[in-house]
Amino acid sequence: MRKVLLFTAFLFVSAFLLMGVTEMRPFGEPAASAMDDYFIENTQTEVAVNNIVTAVVFDYRGFDTLGEATVLFAAVVCILGLFRKLKEDER
Amino acid sequence: MKEQGMSVIVRTVTRFVYALILIFGFYVIMHGHLTPGGGFQGGAVVASAFALLLVAFGSAGIKGRLNWHWLQTLEEIGAIAFLGLGFLGIGTAFFYNMMANSGGFLFGKSIEVLGSNPGVLNAGGTVPLMNWAVGLKVMTGIACIVIVMLVGAKKEETE
Repeated sequence: MRKVLLFTAFLFVSAFLLMGVTEMRPFGEPAASAMDDYFIENTQTEVAVNNIVTAVVFDYRGFDTLGEATVLFAAVVCILGLFRKLKEDER
Repeated sequence: MKEQGMSVIVRTVTRFVYALILIFGFYVIMHGHLTPGGGFQGGAVVASAFALLLVAFGSAGIKGRLNWHWLQTLEEIGAIAFLGLGFLGIGTAFFYNMMANSGGFLFGKSIEVLGSNPGVLNAGGTVPLMNWAVGLKVMTGIACIVIVMLVGAKKEETE
């Protein structure tokens, strides 16, 4: 019973994924590339930076990077809080 | 006291490689706006140098040299610098790059030749400064995590 259930689930998921693959666009031809074209054409004149990824991360999507930095900060604060008792014992 | 850390071979190689890893990490941060990489990646490279130091010499070997209180303060300085640089362009929009192409003394130059070119180091406005801020934040943050966790684990072992 368990094997039959697992096999049915496997078939279902593979059919689902294959259905998506059959409608995939050919490699190198994305469906929507207006944003990429804008970045590739205008990054050097607007930001004067050659690394487009850095320009996107720190300039066009700077707010997103602020969120990432906040996640790292929260992780550091949580770990310091977890190990605080050990440090207090040391003193 | 029993000596912590790894064998003599590992410690000797660490003495050589440590400076090279630091130089490579700071290079990745410094040229983040020209070559692949940036603040996050370079900061992780530098933090890996600290982790190597900890693994090779043990938590007793770095006692008094790497203080995690200082590292935490530096991380907060990096975070505040990043936020301040974001606020610098709030006259137009949050995180607006007002220093790029301004012709200013610091990172104000613009690229003359478009297309593929080596790029200009003294350009990009707030992008290189944000690279340094985020790099400082990531390197000290991860180093702080590694130091505190290793010292805590060592303490658990002895208890």
